[in-house]
Amino acid sequence: MSNTVSSPGVLSGRLPVSKVNENFSDLHEPFRSHEASVAADRCYFCYDAPCITACPTAIDIPLFIRQIQTNTIDAAAKTIFEQNILGGMCARVCPTETLCEEACVREAAEGKPVEIGRLQRFATDSFMKSGAQPFLREASTGKKIAVIGAGPAGLACAHRLAMHGHDVIIYDAKEKAGGLNEFGIAAYKSTDEFAAKEVEWLLEIGGIDLQLGFELGKNIHLNELVKQFDSVFLGLGLGAVNNLKVSGDDLENVSDAVQFISGLRQADDLTSLRVGREVLVIGGGMTAVDAAVQSKLLGAETVTIAYRRSKDKMGASTYEQELATSNGVVIRENLKPKTIIGNGKVSSVEFERTKQTSEGLTPTGEAIMITADQVFVAIGQALSVNEERLEFAGNKINVSGSGRTSCNGVWAGGDCVSGGEDLTVTAVAQGRDAAEDINLSLMG
Amino acid sequence: MANLASEFLGIKSPNPFWLASAPPTDKEYNVRRAFEAGWGGVVWKTLGEDGPPIVNVNGPRYGALYGADRRLLGLNNIELITDRPLDLNLQEIKAVKRDYPDRAMIVSIMVPCEEGAWKSILPKVEETGADGIELNFGCPHGMSERGMGAAVGQVPKYIEMVSRWCKQNTRMPVIVKLTPNITDIRYPARAALKGGADAVSLINTIASIISVNLDTMSPEPSIDGKGSHGGYCGPAVKPIALNMVAQIGNDVETGGLPISGIGGITNWRDAAEYMSLGCGNVQVCTAAMTYGFKIVEEMKSGMSDWMDEKGYNSVSDFIGSALPNVTEWQHLNLNYVAKAKIDQDSCIKCGRCYAACEDTSHQAISINDERVFEVINEECVACNLCVDVCPVENCITMEQMKPGELDTRTGKIVLDEYANWTTHPNNSGACVID
Ligand SMILES: Cc1cc2nc3c(=O)[nH]c(=O)nc-3n(C[C@H](O)[C@H](O)[C@H](O)COP(=O)(O)OP(=O)(O)OC[C@H]3O[C@@H](n4cnc5c(N)ncnc54)[C@H](O)[C@@H]3O)c2cc1C
Ligand SMILES: Cc1cc2nc3c(=O)[nH]c(=O)nc-3n(C[C@H](O)[C@H](O)[C@H](O)COP(=O)(O)O)c2cc1C
Ligand code: SF4
Ligand code: SF4
Ligand code: SF4
Repeated sequence: MSNTVSSPGVLSGRLPVSKVNENFSDLHEPFRSHEASVAADRCYFCYDAPCITACPTAIDIPLFIRQIQTNTIDAAAKTIFEQNILGGMCARVCPTETLCEEACVREAAEGKPVEIGRLQRFATDSFMKSGAQPFLREASTGKKIAVIGAGPAGLACAHRLAMHGHDVIIYDAKEKAGGLNEFGIAAYKSTDEFAAKEVEWLLEIGGIDLQLGFELGKNIHLNELVKQFDSVFLGLGLGAVNNLKVSGDDLENVSDAVQFISGLRQADDLTSLRVGREVLVIGGGMTAVDAAVQSKLLGAETVTIAYRRSKDKMGASTYEQELATSNGVVIRENLKPKTIIGNGKVSSVEFERTKQTSEGLTPTGEAIMITADQVFVAIGQALSVNEERLEFAGNKINVSGSGRTSCNGVWAGGDCVSGGEDLTVTAVAQGRDAAEDINLSLMG
Repeated sequence: MANLASEFLGIKSPNPFWLASAPPTDKEYNVRRAFEAGWGGVVWKTLGEDGPPIVNVNGPRYGALYGADRRLLGLNNIELITDRPLDLNLQEIKAVKRDYPDRAMIVSIMVPCEEGAWKSILPKVEETGADGIELNFGCPHGMSERGMGAAVGQVPKYIEMVSRWCKQNTRMPVIVKLTPNITDIRYPARAALKGGADAVSLINTIASIISVNLDTMSPEPSIDGKGSHGGYCGPAVKPIALNMVAQIGNDVETGGLPISGIGGITNWRDAAEYMSLGCGNVQVCTAAMTYGFKIVEEMKSGMSDWMDEKGYNSVSDFIGSALPNVTEWQHLNLNYVAKAKIDQDSCIKCGRCYAACEDTSHQAISINDERVFEVINEECVACNLCVDVCPVENCITMEQMKPGELDTRTGKIVLDEYANWTTHPNNSGACVID
């Protein structure tokens, strides 16, 4: 292929296959067992450990690390799976720098936390490779539960319900299970088809029937489900994306970042993906960073993230921002998009500079142009389902307690509900807790 | 820079750091390199009597005890005395001593408990020009089964007898190396003194099983599925050895007997501690076997800097300085009252102090919602456990209470005068002083 990083236009094959493969390999290399034992030895086995408190699924971190220290890796994995059946994925995608590792006392002591995420991956990978299951399904209760959405929230909920002996049917609108683990997470965080393998492994507990191609509001309906099933859990995620609502957003090569990433995650050959020479990403969250970094890794010559507020207000953590800049992405702050300009295809975007004042974010009137041949919009996702039986809080489903919705017999968790950060691990925690609550209400 | 020169039984060496009789000193090649690296002296690996050489096992002979990050804390071995011919060793000793006249060359010997055996080997050793001999009465494994090593060292009258034979048959200074595998170290030390020995060195290794392989159910190191007890050494044995050194130093009979300190010495600080308890010099084995000969550089610079800081000009200025402060429990001041204090700025909130005190001590540390850990003076008995388990050095300190202050735990005012158990009202045997 003759295309290079500097070839103009939105093109495939800017980099040779070998380079692209290298770019998209594991962000953090898995630990070898020697590295794991050195890392594990740093843990102090804290009392009422702050890392546990900081983990949304409350994994007993000092215990599993001690189990690694004593070379009982399977026991360590079980400690993790007890709280978080997607402990393998979480070990890869959790922003540990704002969760457990931020709270680790060795972060306070030396600015170098115990590498909890990588140790978790070491234990869970080792266990999953053996093909074993950490838990057995209890005797069947005969209760039937519908779980809508096969993302982290739905999967965690279904697994916990199956453990308690209930029969679960998972419905998902897509052709593949996994939710954003499969379609959203940056490719270098979940390599080697890990998301799909994890789902397959998790379903081996039995009692879970996965039904793909069923969309709530289309070919399945909540009022029917509540009649057919003893309980219903909604783990719908945020299916829709927010629109930019500026003129020119319909120009060619302007698209939604989540869709770009989803295409990337499903591509058999990454070099077949088309990417611009000058890519511009509008937004400030994890999705913006992931779209920007992955564009760069595909071979874009320049990639700019434009965010309307200041950097410290970005949804992406400092660590994520550094990941972007270390990959050559330029982050520009205080730029509010005004118009997308182009003749058929996008050629540049006009911004207005903003500044933070006592009245909030105020435009300064100064116009800034950024040339771009490809624009990704990453300004947040929104709930795509509108069920009149449910009560909403803002644009999310309103829940109380362990995910109880306003509708009797219906629970919800994950990104689609109010409360908690939109993270894989939070979705797992909410799915698991809802399952326990469902179990209690059915068997209690 | 402080002068590290040392003189022990009239034997001079540029510093007090000797290598103990063990693999590091088993041959000319090693000893030359040790001297080049800066060691002050060596005790040559123990020689046996002339004849067919000793045989060693042909499988693993060491086992280890680890701390975090596989830091070697203890080493165990089932090695015997030198397995090289006597003549070869003697030739090499002579050659090395000739080339390094300023270094101490001591030869360790272990022959059967018969006067003839000693009479025959001593002149040969003397002929090498060695500075002295060390009698290996310590080896707890293998040789002891043949009536040598610890088998002699555990019977004071044998020690006395062999010491006497040696003194009668050589003009070289005689050091008796003691085994710690006895109930009271003072008995063998007294016996050595009675026999006329010039000094004792201690400790040799401690009889031990370092670990068991749970797959094969064999002790380690395992030879074809079986293991034998070995000799334990390294950092973990230092506290045992220090106590024995102090016991000999404070004994009415053996007080003043020169001691060469051995056991777990790994850095200058360990060496200085041994010397402060009365050792004229120290010997090192495991630390050299773990890190190589180069560690002596740190030992030299560390001791020398510390001596400068304290104003000691020569090692004799501090040798034995801590000995008078080793006393019996009954003489400890019971009016000394301290309380633990946590420095909130250096606390990293791990909660180890809390777990230790709450679960296993005196419930004297509080925790609040912000994970602030504080000592409850009303409960603190000053046991020091929290200090010992805290991962941050000097984060928890023991603060002495001043006379006149109220100890809220006992409700009593802290007194100025010294008072110990011998006069304590709860001691039924106390003699009340009018
Ligand atoms: C680009 C991107 C990168 C991210 N990176 C990270 C990261 O690195 N670390 C991290 O912790 N989090 C990350 N997140 C957030 C994380 O992916 C989500 O918080 C998490 O996946 C939420 O899980 P969920 O189960 O609630 O929803 P989802 O994962 O969105 O799953 C919802 C599932 O429901 C299905 N569904 C939706 N509507 C219907 C319907 N009407 N009928 C039937 N099925 C339906 C969907 O097909 C999907 O399978 C990222 C998100 C994005 C978008
Ligand atoms: C492998 C090995 C062999 C030893 N061989 C002898 C020996 O032949 N003669 C002897 O007197 N002591 C021998 N020792 C004991 C050491 O000289 C020393 O007394 C002991 O190891 C304690 O010191 P350390 O803690 O510095 O190792 C040996 C020790 C080891 C580890
Ligand atoms: S906070 Fe850090 S050191 Fe403490 S238990 Fe957790 S991982 Fe270990
Ligand atoms: S010194 Fe002992 S009693 Fe006092 S706080 Fe520390 S552990 Fe508790
Ligand atoms: S052990 Fe030390 S660092 Fe840990 S909480 Fe206690 S005082 Fe703080």
